Parts: sequence; structure tokens; C-alpha cells
Amino acid sequence: MIRSSRLWIALIAGLLLTTVAKADEFRVGVVLDRGGKDDKSFNAAAFKGGKEAEKALGITLKTVEASDDNSFEPMLRSLSQKKFDLIIAVGIAQADAVKKISAQFPQLKYALIDAQVDAPNVTSLLFEEHEGSYLVGAAAAMASKTGKLGFLGGVDIPLIRRFQMGYEAGAKKVNPKATVVANYVGVTTEAWNNPTKGRELSLSQYDAGVDVIFAAAGASGTGMFDAAEERSKGGVKKFAIGCDSNQNWIKPGLVLTSMLKRVDTAVFSTIDSAKKGQFVAGTKRFGLQNQGIDYAVDSFNDKLLTSEMRAKLDLLKKEIIAGKIKVPDYYSKRSKTAQN
Amino acid sequence: MNKSDRSWLGRALESLQPILAVLLGLAVGLAFTRFAGESPLHVLKVLYQSAFGSSYDLGMTLFHTTPLIFTGLSVAIAFHAGLFNIGAEGQLIWGALAAAVVGHAFPHLPGVIAPWIAVSAAVIAGAIWGAIPGWLRARRGSHEVINTIMFNFIAAGITSWLVIEPLRNPDTQNPETAPIGEAFLLAPFRVFDDAPVGPAFLLALVAAFLLWLFLNRTSLGYELRAVGQNEHAARTAGIDIARIRIFAMAVAGGLAGLVAVGEVLGNAGRFKVGFSPDYGFMGVAVALLARNHPIGILFAAFLFGALHKGAMDLDLETENVTRDLALVLQACVILSVSAEGAWHWLRRVGSAGKKRG
Repeated sequence: MIRSSRLWIALIAGLLLTTVAKADEFRVGVVLDRGGKDDKSFNAAAFKGGKEAEKALGITLKTVEASDDNSFEPMLRSLSQKKFDLIIAVGIAQADAVKKISAQFPQLKYALIDAQVDAPNVTSLLFEEHEGSYLVGAAAAMASKTGKLGFLGGVDIPLIRRFQMGYEAGAKKVNPKATVVANYVGVTTEAWNNPTKGRELSLSQYDAGVDVIFAAAGASGTGMFDAAEERSKGGVKKFAIGCDSNQNWIKPGLVLTSMLKRVDTAVFSTIDSAKKGQFVAGTKRFGLQNQGIDYAVDSFNDKLLTSEMRAKLDLLKKEIIAGKIKVPDYYSKRSKTAQN
Repeated sequence: MNKSDRSWLGRALESLQPILAVLLGLAVGLAFTRFAGESPLHVLKVLYQSAFGSSYDLGMTLFHTTPLIFTGLSVAIAFHAGLFNIGAEGQLIWGALAAAVVGHAFPHLPGVIAPWIAVSAAVIAGAIWGAIPGWLRARRGSHEVINTIMFNFIAAGITSWLVIEPLRNPDTQNPETAPIGEAFLLAPFRVFDDAPVGPAFLLALVAAFLLWLFLNRTSLGYELRAVGQNEHAARTAGIDIARIRIFAMAVAGGLAGLVAVGEVLGNAGRFKVGFSPDYGFMGVAVALLARNHPIGILFAAFLFGALHKGAMDLDLETENVTRDLALVLQACVILSVSAEGAWHWLRRVGSAGKKRG
């Protein structure tokens, strides 16, 4: 009898302790878009931000990947039912699901990347992709010998058109005679994750005289790097420009630079402020001016991007931040329709 | 070997074989998670909780079960006619698109008839897409396996283009059509919390029952099975084989098209490119598991639906196992169910042991 009551006390104490420990824990759930955490680009950046927060802030992190477009909603709901402290939805395809779920769980907090949902418990993280695309477009035009540039888009949606438009404008700024060939991998979310087709399209662009390609294509963009390596075998270098994450390391010496879309820092700072109890609903924009958008320089492309080129790029950057250069924005051209 | 010779063990094994096979397959599949450093029992618990843990979870399981019933039936009826329909995926895409287009084009139809019209459109669109390979097989002799597979790609290509270009929803960046009229929406049942399970599920049950009736209690159904079981005998008996084949593929396509009811009318209210996680191909597995028996398909689809839903929480609740485990489990179940030879051997061992004793 005594024995069993002791056991009970121990059990209850144990339970209490674990619940106390659990109450302390700050749990963050991340729902990634198609392509997943290994796309080396967009989702990889979000995943990296979450991982860094896990290490630095001591949060508990859970990530899930969507296998089809109908699974966003059940996944967000599953995280919500488990009362995660912050739920981050990565990618434009989740806008509808976030809108619906956030209304059903008004006491929880949500962050949405790349799309806007106006709700009192949602913070929308938007990036000024056209500004960064403008800079890498200028870099591409400076590095190109043929004056022919390539653009590889993932899914043909306004978001990616926005990259393309900025890229073209940046290239024309440096070399008014530059031409840009643009191809898109596809029209469905599968096109974020098709490196084979990304490679084929890149090969045909290189064969048509293009010598620098910029890919905004998620995991499909990895095909471009392989294509650059293949077509550089003859001795004449063909260049690639990475996107979202710093992709300079993928093929050192052939990656001119990467347009950084700091999804990682956006994720990290959102987790950080939510953990401190400073979660703010509304829209947050990341651009050149707050380093949410940038271009990458590291040991892998140190030699490719000459000091002259860097000086020019930094000048352009300053002028954009100061408002002296207006980078054309596909979203404002298409007015309101695209933002959602 | 006649019946009286069999031991009780052999008989018990035979009647329980499908269930035993499923359990064995699941056990083997779960055992794999041991290698990933997880406890199989914990994984099983997560699967169970996620599939049946709450009324919402059960609802989501039924939501995934519904399209699998339709595609399973679609594959099964073709199979009874001796045809292998791998084209359910393409047929269901056309059905869903047709329902969405009708729902968007006539938003002011009265609510009493609106869903029926959309359902008819879905069935007709699916039936046409099924009948073409059926006709090619019947009249031109080109094999339906190849044709239905290729028709999946054609359907995906054309419907994607239609959705991106002429039918695009201008309010979003996602590849989807504009929403259908309110009158077309089917309200979900309240008991499942907020899960989108509604009349489509009942329709699936009815469809399975009707198909069973058709196959076993009508002369056309008899002819269809005759063609499937022995073409020469059927021809000798005066059955128009070509007609039966086209008919079977059209019905198969129509059944697959009914996936639209749960998805477009009952859930999304529009056609979304890529809404199906390969329901059409899972339907092949469902039909195989149920040995093409319409009522068996209900259970097989439920099992696969539960695995599909159950696996969704694996990413959250385990460290090393992802939701892809659902595919591993489904594969193990299929292998163990279709391992006829092994079961025969077991049965022989069972009866031999009895004799010796």
C-alpha cells in the first residue's frame, strides 16, 4: 500500500514536472511549400532560419512539407490544434489556408511568407524581389560578353514575373542593348521541383548564345547550375546567378552571385519577436534598405565579381534605397490583382 | 483437394486471409521504422491518433477515402471487363474541371438542381476521357494500358493550360479557376467538426452498391464479366465485345469523374491544379487490394484513406519518420495481399500438419 502510494506520488510529481517543462517551451511549426527543405533555395532559406532560431533561442521546431496543394490546410490545422506558439506558412500557395485557419484559431499566431492575409493574428512577410533582381540583372549585363542574358522562372505567376521584370530593367540600365531570353519551367506548383526541366531549358538558353542565366525557380534552379558546368567544359565560361539562398557554393567559379531573399532572417526575427511576446500582426516588407534583399559576395565568387562591378552595384543599391532609381514593379503594373 | 479435406487451420486462414495479409503488411512496414530509430508502436499510435483521434480526424480520413472509392471502382469495373484502367487520374481531372466550369458559368441555377448538373458534367467529362482509350482498344486494338497512361499526361497538360489561360482566377497567383456559384456547394456534415465530408461520401457508398448490383444482377453486367473472363467464349455466345469494352471504359471514366463531387462541390469550390495526390493511381492499389469487389473497395479505400491522413502527423510527432511512410505501408499491404503463392503454401502446410496429426 505504502509502496503504491509512493509510486503514485512519484508519478504525479513526474507529470507535474514535465508539464512545467512543457509550459516553458516555445513551439514553432513551419509548413514548407512544394520543393521542401532541400531545394537549396527558397524553402531551404526558411528552414535555415528556423534551425538557427532553434539553436540560438532554444525553441522547439517542427517542420512539415506539403506533398500536394490540398495538404496545406490539414497541416496548418494540425499544428493549430496542438497549440503551437507560432505557425509559419512558407509560400504563396498557402494564403487561402492561412486565411481560413487563422480565423478559426484567433488565439494563435501565424506568419505567412510571400503573400498577404489581413487578420489580427497574422503577420505577412513580403519581399521586394524586384530590387534585388535589378542588381543581379546589372551584374549579369556587366559580366556578359555576348549581351544575351537568360532568365529561368519556376512557375509562371506574377511573383516570378516580378523577378524577371526587375532583372531585365537592371540589365538594360548597364547595357541598353542587352537582350533577355526568359523561360518558365511550368505553370503548376510541380514546376518548383523539376531540376531536369530546369537543366534542359538552361542548356538551350546557353546554346542560343546566352552566357549568364538567373534562375528564380526553387529546386528546379539546381538544374541551371549543372547546365552551366556542362556548357563551360569547352573553356568559355557560362555563368549562373542563384536565388533566395546564397547559392554561390553550388558550382564555385561559375556562380556570378546570388540574389538573396533573406527568408531566413525574416523567419528568425519573427520567431525572436514572437518569443519575446512582441508579435505584431500586419505586413512587414523586406527590401534592400533593411537588408531583407541583397546580392551575395563570398569566397566563392570573390574573383568573379570584380571590384569595379561591386562598386557599380553598390552605387545602384544606394540610388534605389534613396529613391533615385525607380525599379519597375510587376505588382504595381498589374495593380492590386497580384498581391494576394 | 476438396473442401472436406481441409483442416480447420486451412479454412480459417482462407477466410481471414485478406485481413491477415493487411495486418502482416502493416506490421512489416511498421517494423521498418525500427531502422529509422523510432518505436514502431509509437508510430502506430501516431498513425491511429491522426487518422481517428477526433471527429475532425475521422472526417479527414473519410474525405480522403471518398475519392479512393470512386477511383477504386473505376479501376475495378474496367478490370471486370478485362481492361486495365490506369487513366483514372486523367479522368478525374477532367471531371473536376468540368464541374468547376459548369459551376462558374451558371451561378444562378437554383440550389435544387445545380449540384446535379455539375455532377452530370463531371460524369460526362470523365466518361468521354475514358471512352476514347476504350474505343481505341475495341476498334483499333491499341493497348489501353499505354493509352490510358498517355491520356493522363494529355489531360494534365490541357487542363493546366485551360486553367492558366482562359479560366484563370484573376484574384490569386495560384493556378485555379474562379469559384463556383453558391448553389453548387454541398454542405459538409456537422458531425465531423469542420472536415469537408458531405454528400459525396454517401454517393460513393451508393455507387459501390450500385456497381455490385450491376455486375452481379444484370445481364449487361454478366456480359461484361464474361468478356473479362473469357473473350472467346463471350464472342461465341454472341456478345458484342467491342461495345462492352467501350462501355466499361466509359463507366470507369464516369466513376473517376465523380471525384469532382467531393473535391470541387464539397471542398475547394473551384478546380485547383494539382489537387489530387495521385488518387487515380492509388485507386489501382485499392482495387487490387479488394480484388475488384465493389464492397471490398469500400474497406480498402478506407484503409488507404486512413493511412494517407494518418501519415500527415508523422512529421510532427516523430523525429525520423516522414509522411512518406504511408506509401511504404501501402506497398507492404499490397505485396502481402497479392502474394498468392505464399498463402497457398501456408494453407498446404496447415492441412498437411493436420493430416500428420
